[in-house]
Amino acid sequence: MSPARHGTDHGDGEAVVVEGLAKHYGDKKAVDGLDLTVHRGEVFAVLGPNGAGKTTTIEILEGYRERDAGSVRVLGLDPQTADRAWRSRIGIVLQNATDQAELTVGELVRHVGGYYPDSRDPDEVIDAVGLREKVRTRTRQLSGGQRRRLDVALGIVGRPELLFLDEPTTGFDPEARRAFWDLIRGLRDDGTTILLTTHYLDEAENLADRCAVVRDGRVVALDAPAHLGGRTARQAVVRWIEEGTLRQEPTDAPTAVVTALAARFSGAEVPGLQVLRPTLEDVYLSLIGETPAVLGADPDVVPADLLPARSEAHR
Amino acid sequence: MSTTLPLGPAAGPATPALPSVLTLGLARARIEVLQFFRERDAVVWIFAYPIIMLAIFATVFGQGNARVGATGSFAGIPFGQYFLPGMVATGVMLSSFQNLAITIAVERDDSTLKRLRGTPLPASAYFLGKIGSVLLTSLVQTALLLLVAATVFGIEMPSTAQRWITFAWVFALGTAAGAVCGVAFSSVPRTGRSASAVVTPVVLVLQFISGVFFGFTQLPGWMQDVSSVFPLKWMAQGMRSVFLPDQFQAQEVSGSWQHGATALVIGAYLVVGLVLGARTFRWRRRDDG
Ligand SMILES: Nc1ncnc2c1ncn2[C@@H]1O[C@H](COP(=O)(O)OP(=O)(O)OP(=O)(O)O)[C@@H](O)[C@H]1O
Ligand SMILES: [Mg+2]
Repeated sequence: MSPARHGTDHGDGEAVVVEGLAKHYGDKKAVDGLDLTVHRGEVFAVLGPNGAGKTTTIEILEGYRERDAGSVRVLGLDPQTADRAWRSRIGIVLQNATDQAELTVGELVRHVGGYYPDSRDPDEVIDAVGLREKVRTRTRQLSGGQRRRLDVALGIVGRPELLFLDEPTTGFDPEARRAFWDLIRGLRDDGTTILLTTHYLDEAENLADRCAVVRDGRVVALDAPAHLGGRTARQAVVRWIEEGTLRQEPTDAPTAVVTALAARFSGAEVPGLQVLRPTLEDVYLSLIGETPAVLGADPDVVPADLLPARSEAHR
Repeated sequence: MSTTLPLGPAAGPATPALPSVLTLGLARARIEVLQFFRERDAVVWIFAYPIIMLAIFATVFGQGNARVGATGSFAGIPFGQYFLPGMVATGVMLSSFQNLAITIAVERDDSTLKRLRGTPLPASAYFLGKIGSVLLTSLVQTALLLLVAATVFGIEMPSTAQRWITFAWVFALGTAAGAVCGVAFSSVPRTGRSASAVVTPVVLVLQFISGVFFGFTQLPGWMQDVSSVFPLKWMAQGMRSVFLPDQFQAQEVSGSWQHGATALVIGAYLVVGLVLGARTFRWRRRDDG
């Protein structure tokens, strides 16, 4: 079956539905009861520490690996039995492709575009990933970041409805990363659904409509980046120094706490006063079981001058 | 990367047809040939090896204009001509079997195949591309070899249509069998790096036991029996029936060119290789999930 290619039509069901997905290698449970749904037209980021099962999951969704249990629907079909028509509707950027064709960037993008029924103009794709000057360069002569951009170009040249990107910006310089974000937003605005994994929290924060944090093959949190971790994880912390020790108070109403403090210190300067808001990184670290710096330090034992000067209250 | 994106929407409402297998097969063949000729060391090796071997054997054995097989009124033939059929057969095996067995193993290892698997390219188009490029490179290579043989070594080319017809079918069948066996064999090396180390000795041993470098009848009987199981012996014999005068037929073990048996054995390899290749072909490394 080959349903009409509804790129921007959201009435066609979810882009990805995963329920109870499991996959093990020997004794190692790489994916262990993972659930997730990606809506049409959104950018969905998957975060998680090394070995959490991100690549395993994404490659199951791409039809490369076979699952042990659970149900998977990608664009309405089971990737394990999907056909050419289905493949023409998805785009894939693998985590580590090391192929070194003796072809130039231009030749490769044009050639791969030819596999698809309705591909994008190769020149526009090459411009979009910023490889214009390298169009006549053989792929083995590209730098690491340029290679990665070529991977992205090959992933989007087929005009996919659903684009998978496994750590797409690893090796990008900061400028290229920002340009890549623009590219992804542009694709999203054009109706492409995007599922990406990343280790860059700022990337998830800037790009993703929703993100999932995966740990030990399971989703431990799933929300918009601004809401991830729930209310308590997002609470501000008021810190100050009193009688030589650091005190802190998590609160939803830091202004009230500060006002109370000011009253208690009778209008004098409150020593070491700080209002900290957890960054996405802090929330992420607490979700994957690492202690975030902002809340982890035991205020009663750590001398104030040793406290990290991070998590500034700039957000 | 630019910030303005003239990339167009994700997908239109229309459902354009997927490109046909033939179109894609031709596109693949083009790109494979392009890549082949850009890989300079492989090109030099595959093209020059049979020519260099012919040159060495013709020069070493042909000193003082020595000739082979003179009997009675028959003046025999130059050594170069005597070795030519074996070199033609070797060349076909190099550009079909060895070439594919190594390149596919490397492509599997470096995730070229994995990337292709993630596109709507059908497997059949991938194989059509391989076969197309192998056919073309085999043809170019054999043509070069024959050209050098005729011009540099003054070897007489067959003059009857019948012999060229024999050449055509032995060449086509041999190339096809070599190609499918190469596809099947590409799963044997565990990594791309070990591919040539695994494939080259197989090819070399086959050359020695199949009578490519010596007269086949000079080999010990058991070696003749062993090599009769492999297609290179039959390819070489088929090519002898093309490039050697009929007087040499008497020197074959069976006393005849055995065209029937040749077609049967190489055909069997074609079928077995095809089945085995289709069943064992993998787009990804064994350890890749
Ligand atoms: N092909 C494989 N064979 C054996 N074990 C595997 C295989 N692929 C993954 N694993 C194991 O499964 C677990 C999850 O691996 P996976 O590659 O999915 O992690 P990941 O979240 O993508 O990590 P990273 O952030 O480092 O890319 C790891 O413990 C890994 O060792
Ligand atoms: Mg990974």
